[in-house]
Amino acid sequence: MASSPIDVKSNAADPTFGSGGVMPSDWRDFLALTKPRVMTLVVFTGLCGLLAAPGTIHPVLAFTTILCIALGAGAAGALNQWYEADIDAKMVRTANRPLPAGRMDRQSALHFGVGLSVFSVVLMYLATNWLAAAILAISILFYVIVYTMWLKPRTTQNIVIGGAAGAFPPVIGWAAVTGDVTALPVALFALIFFWTPPHFWALALFVKMDYANAGIPMLPVVSGEVATRRQIWFYTAIMAAAAMAPVLLRLTGPIYGTIAFLCTAIFAAMAFQVGHRRESDPAKMAPEKRLFKYSILYLFLLFGALVVDRWIFA
Amino acid sequence: MTPEEEKQVRSRQKSRAIVTGLILAGLVILFYAITIAKMGMH
Repeated sequence: MASSPIDVKSNAADPTFGSGGVMPSDWRDFLALTKPRVMTLVVFTGLCGLLAAPGTIHPVLAFTTILCIALGAGAAGALNQWYEADIDAKMVRTANRPLPAGRMDRQSALHFGVGLSVFSVVLMYLATNWLAAAILAISILFYVIVYTMWLKPRTTQNIVIGGAAGAFPPVIGWAAVTGDVTALPVALFALIFFWTPPHFWALALFVKMDYANAGIPMLPVVSGEVATRRQIWFYTAIMAAAAMAPVLLRLTGPIYGTIAFLCTAIFAAMAFQVGHRRESDPAKMAPEKRLFKYSILYLFLLFGALVVDRWIFA
Repeated sequence: MTPEEEKQVRSRQKSRAIVTGLILAGLVILFYAITIAKMGMH
């Protein structure tokens, strides 16, 4: 971990240190920098991509692959927090992160993020192959440069294009086993890519003021709630097509087909309800909160079904 | 820096050193296991 002495005079989170000494960041703050809760879905989809791939991989190398995906995601999260420290300070949801709360200096976060990025990519290359390492590197750079630095502060479509960063893990898991990328991992990429807008905009609807206060041009802030609800419904329709594509292309069997159909039907019903409501009070947005929570479960269920299906029928 | 502050700094430095040590030990084991796994493939 990077050394991070910070001037305690600027350490607003710890008022007991006000006499000009230095206070090193706690190791838990470095852990918080990696956004461990967000990492769960990334690790799970990466693991499912690895387990669904044809061929075998040594358990140690499989573990290392998932570790590298987790470290890469953590590194991207750390660099995101390094770049957005000022914005995070303005949002209730993120104000207590290590940088805006004054528990860590920005240089330490930058060094930690860059170091972890390089380490995860190099380790992936040493343990598996250059393709998996290259896709991991692209996903980190995409999240940090294309999404965080370029799209997020500029366009309402930020999370649509930026969602690609979160869609890479199953492709990386697959590539680690096979050394190539075929139709099924591309379909899984498309599923997560088109799942991201309804998932994220459902959240954005009920934390809209947070984004507005921080000056982030999220869709509900710029185009309004009616347009956001319409877009949630629109992207859910495309996501449904992407979810059923592996079945229609005969890349998966009946287990995935059945689970995908049922879960997508529930998703669509919830998105339809959210899409046609007219409610702007966050306290009354129970259907939007339900859709957000269900969207996470949805991805877990589909990827879990995919692995079971591939193990039985592939 | 007051004695209490110095004590807290030392405590934090110690916990970071322990975590770093554990990570390094884990990496030693991981690299050893990767090497054995790779050798088994050839």
